[in-house]
Amino acid sequence: MLETRSLSMHFGGVVAVNRVDFSLRENELRCLIGPNGAGKSTFFKCLTAQLRPTSGEVVIRDFNVSGSESHQVARMGVGIKTQVPNLFDGLDVEENIWLSASQSASLKRSRVITSEVIERLQLGDVRKSQLGSLAHGQRQLVELGMVLAGEPWLVILDEPTAGMTQEEVIRTAEIIREINKSATMIVVEHDMQFIRMIARKVTVFHQGQILLEGDMDEVSADARVREVYLGHRKTS
Amino acid sequence: MKRSREINSLISIGIVGLIILFGAPLSLDLFSVISLTTAISLAILALSLGLIWGFGGILCFGQTAFFGIGGYAYAIAALNFGGSTGAIIAAVLVAAAAAAILGYFMFYGRLSDVYLAVITLTVTLILYSVIRRTSGPEYKIGIAKLGGFNGINVPPINYPWDATQFLYPEHVFYVAMVALLLAYFLCVWLTKSHFGRVCVSIRENEVRTELLGYDIRFYKLCMFTVGGAIAGLGGIMFANSIGRITPDVFNLYNAALAIIWVIIGGRGTLIGPVFGALILFYLTSFLGRQAVVNINLFLGLVLIVFVLVVPKGIVPSLVELWDRRKSRRMTARSARRMRRRGRSRVKEVQVED
Repeated sequence: MLETRSLSMHFGGVVAVNRVDFSLRENELRCLIGPNGAGKSTFFKCLTAQLRPTSGEVVIRDFNVSGSESHQVARMGVGIKTQVPNLFDGLDVEENIWLSASQSASLKRSRVITSEVIERLQLGDVRKSQLGSLAHGQRQLVELGMVLAGEPWLVILDEPTAGMTQEEVIRTAEIIREINKSATMIVVEHDMQFIRMIARKVTVFHQGQILLEGDMDEVSADARVREVYLGHRKTS
Repeated sequence: MKRSREINSLISIGIVGLIILFGAPLSLDLFSVISLTTAISLAILALSLGLIWGFGGILCFGQTAFFGIGGYAYAIAALNFGGSTGAIIAAVLVAAAAAAILGYFMFYGRLSDVYLAVITLTVTLILYSVIRRTSGPEYKIGIAKLGGFNGINVPPINYPWDATQFLYPEHVFYVAMVALLLAYFLCVWLTKSHFGRVCVSIRENEVRTELLGYDIRFYKLCMFTVGGAIAGLGGIMFANSIGRITPDVFNLYNAALAIIWVIIGGRGTLIGPVFGALILFYLTSFLGRQAVVNINLFLGLVLIVFVLVVPKGIVPSLVELWDRRKSRRMTARSARRMRRRGRSRVKEVQVED
């Protein structure tokens, strides 16, 4: 359903993503992990057409994403959450979610979706609060709500738990599993504990390439992965 | 409750507008009515900038370009058509088209804010120097000579489709005031619509809006085009109130003035820029008559003071002040009530004793 064919992204002389072949089946929940600078975020930006790859292509449901604009990708029914919270700080929670819902749904239907999403994420108390005044974890939650409100069939999340408390992480994991019932997902993450909560299949990035792909147990048992994550054991 | 307050303020703005519309020509002398017409035409320009900057996040430093284009297009069309009705429509369309063409290159070229400001300013300055150089008789469109820095004498507005019946200056005032009211309520409607709310979200965060699936280039272009059309309408009214349109409308002073109106009146509101334009127009013309201070120096000072002390502008600050006083009064009242209740309870206790 989603496929990249020898996808590469160069910044000047730096190769951030190097000939990556990646594929995703319908209803899968895939985690992308890897140390800092492994190319996860660049890969994410190529998937969502925020960056135009140097070579290779990204195909989502027979549609070649590589040459298009990111709003076109989103309009296909792809829900996207970026790494830094990307919200409308001057607007209230309701408006934020409504703006997402009303992109594809009718005005009447989007009001219904908005209140459903707010209820589902238990954001009722802050529905009229400005986004800028909310705590970090709540903001992340609202952004998940915006993804939900678009009723996507493919969801791509970049570090959804960054800066969250333990409790919020658990709640987010629940929400992600629930979204996965109706949508295919890619989650880019750092937090191994969180990945353990949600992941079935994991793709490990290292130096712009796929190092390994497999079950969580398989991956965490792998010596190469440990080395990449924990640094050069041999020298220490 | 918030919604009803919004509706109340809209109704009061409408009423004040109607009072001015019918009251001003009755109570003011002709000269004041004409200068009020000029002020209103500038207020329409301010409104257009308030719309695109305040609600679309587009800092257009050369909104006067479309204002001037509207004025010139009206003059040229009215001379050629021999009547004003078609000329007004044509001038609004020309101003909108100019904004659409410029906007297409800026937004689809994905220019950042700073470049956008520089380019729009440059466009108005280019128009300024090009039109200043058109004084020779060879520079004409149809029968209308462009007239270089002397500009074009503008034929007055006539009754719809009847070119023999010209409007007197006090009647031009009615047209200008109605134009301002219509433009204002059009802008209000636009900012409340789905389109307007998406534009606000673009102002807040472009990347996010795009990732929700909105084509921000298209939204900005539409907003910019509407802004251009309204500015053009202002230009038509300006040309009519003065009776002449000159290249000076395109100069740096006027381009900067439009920005100052919006900053002073309050960005993010629609009525703020209108107030800003009216206040500064009367303040500068008053000071111009006194001839004690250099007006540019004064404007600079006003701008500095506002940016430092009232960065939100007059209207939003007044609303805030009003809210704070009201809530203070509310808490004072409820405190008094509590105290009274407390005292009566004490009395009851005493009676029981």
